[in-house]
Amino acid sequence: MQGEKDYWQANLKLVAKLLTIWFLVSFGFGIILVDQLNQIPFFGFKLGFWWAQQGSIYVFIGLIFYYVRKMKQIDKTFEVSDDEEE
Amino acid sequence: MDAQNLTYLFVFLSFSLYIGIAIWSKAGSTSEFYVASGGVHPIANGMATAADWMSAASFISMAGIIAFMGYDGTVYLMGWTGGYVILALLLAPYLRKFGQFTVPDFFGSRYYSTSARVVAVICLIVISFTYVAGQMRGVGIVFSQFLNIPIFWGVIVGMSIVFMYAVLGGMKGITYTQVAQYCVLIFAYLVPAIFISLMITGIPIPQLGLGAEVNDGTGLSVLQKLDNTLIELGFSAYTEGVKSKIDVFAITMALMIGTAGLPHVIVRFFTVPKVSDARKSAGYALLFIALLYTTAPAVGAFARLNFVETIHNTSYTQVADWFKSWESIGLIGWKDKNQDGKIQYHPGAPFEGKPSFAEDRRPDGSREVTNKPTESKNEVYVDRDIMVLANPEIAALPAWVIALVAAGGLAAALSTAAGLLLVISTSVSHDLMKQTLAKGLTDRQELFFARLAAAVAILIAGYLGIDPPGFVAQVVAFAFGLAAASLFPAILLGIFDRRMNKEGAISGMACGLIFCFSYIVFFKFVSPELNSADHWWFGISPEGIGTIGALLNLAISLAVSRLTAAPPPSVVALVDEIRIPKGAMSPTNSH
Repeated sequence: MQGEKDYWQANLKLVAKLLTIWFLVSFGFGIILVDQLNQIPFFGFKLGFWWAQQGSIYVFIGLIFYYVRKMKQIDKTFEVSDDEEE
Repeated sequence: MDAQNLTYLFVFLSFSLYIGIAIWSKAGSTSEFYVASGGVHPIANGMATAADWMSAASFISMAGIIAFMGYDGTVYLMGWTGGYVILALLLAPYLRKFGQFTVPDFFGSRYYSTSARVVAVICLIVISFTYVAGQMRGVGIVFSQFLNIPIFWGVIVGMSIVFMYAVLGGMKGITYTQVAQYCVLIFAYLVPAIFISLMITGIPIPQLGLGAEVNDGTGLSVLQKLDNTLIELGFSAYTEGVKSKIDVFAITMALMIGTAGLPHVIVRFFTVPKVSDARKSAGYALLFIALLYTTAPAVGAFARLNFVETIHNTSYTQVADWFKSWESIGLIGWKDKNQDGKIQYHPGAPFEGKPSFAEDRRPDGSREVTNKPTESKNEVYVDRDIMVLANPEIAALPAWVIALVAAGGLAAALSTAAGLLLVISTSVSHDLMKQTLAKGLTDRQELFFARLAAAVAILIAGYLGIDPPGFVAQVVAFAFGLAAASLFPAILLGIFDRRMNKEGAISGMACGLIFCFSYIVFFKFVSPELNSADHWWFGISPEGIGTIGALLNLAISLAVSRLTAAPPPSVVALVDEIRIPKGAMSPTNSH
């Protein structure tokens, strides 16, 4: 049972880390800090506006695929993977 | 061939494809009907989820809304994509491991009570019907505008198609049709966007074109030029919003967690073989959705720029043909307030309400608007929904692109409608009949009830599409607010809080639901005149109140659960079980 507890802790740690980034790029850069970031030009965009309408979405995709990869490793380490073939 | 015949051809071809898939994938068991036997490949499921998720609103309305809201349109872009991160990290893998047929199944087992299941069914049906009425309406609009078929017959055709593949094929039919529909709709969205980006900036990728220089020799970027033009006309800058920060924050959050709590989206993750596939499939879904969602802000900005430049200070006799054709179906209205024969475009409503037209046309051929004019200098009324549909005409693109957009709009509306109808019918046949009222049903009988429920649901949806209650557009906020405030917190706590019991979950759901419902009903229906920032609680609009509802739900659930008896050991064991990916079975085996 200890193994399952550690697995859950590792999972929670990863999720907390990723959700922090999720919050930072969307609510942080796209909403709370948008006026400050808008002072910075970024490839023809204002930086804050770019985060709000483009950047945050790209980061969202990256976050999920990173999570998929990391969880696969964690599943293996704790031997709880559902992938029989590998 | 002209645009109209091409549109008939494209719509006919795409519909034949959907029906062909329906016949090929006829469902033979409840497991196939409910979750496609849990055998869908994660990439296919990603596409199906994307088509399921992207409705007529995403395809037809969103770019137009962004075009007119500018930065404030961000709430939809981030809100309707960021929810997938929550779904992938917090819900999808665990619900897949749980491995049943429906979302109310989870409530019934995790909260060990029929009342929890029934509360979930009620939330699900209210949310889904709100949504599906809008889809059927979207089908009707596309038919009436592109094919000159009355909305009534447009909806009937749409209903028959959905009937074919949803009732016959169930989840299996829907999944593979949605894969095809995704391909149609994304192609139809990207082609005009690429053309317009090329036309305005010379860059074929709209996401980059949005930041590029306009190729008119001024050296300004698209967004700079748009800001300058709009400020000159008296609007606020495109890249800066007018909504308060707290409201933007609350609406974005409500849409995100609402997305993660929508039953027709969640149930898609029941269809993949393994827990790891559920995670992957959420990633692919977002990738496929983001293709459209990162293009939409570019389409919005280009369309707004094009729109202003084409009409402002242009005399009616010289204005582009699309202006006149959309005017003739009443989605554009022009009142020449200063009698100079030219169209002036400024902020504010040009006249009160939607345009109503006199029988006779004015000498220059324009339609006489009979509404009472406002003080504003603005002379133009424009329905935001026309932006995407009119784009090919505004950019003078070839007829086949216009036909493609019509087929794409239909694909978006039909795929979402089918997904919604399926969760409605499964919750009736499985959760209400099999699990609550008639426990002895055989698999065949249950399948019969599922088909019957799907058929009835389609008829109701069709009726709502043909004869929509006036408030359909207004109640969209309901769907997300209710999902955010009721279903999402209860599922989240069911997975992450082992101590959560039925008393906590049910009281939390009830409070969240009643709170949001009352807030929305009060500001939208009881006292719409008070619906402004001065009267909102914490400055949060009814669209964003789901965020507060969700917090309220969480707080009450946690408090009540700690004051009442712990859940039985078998339920705690179930929670431990769903946290571990190993041993995920297809729903057939576990049922």
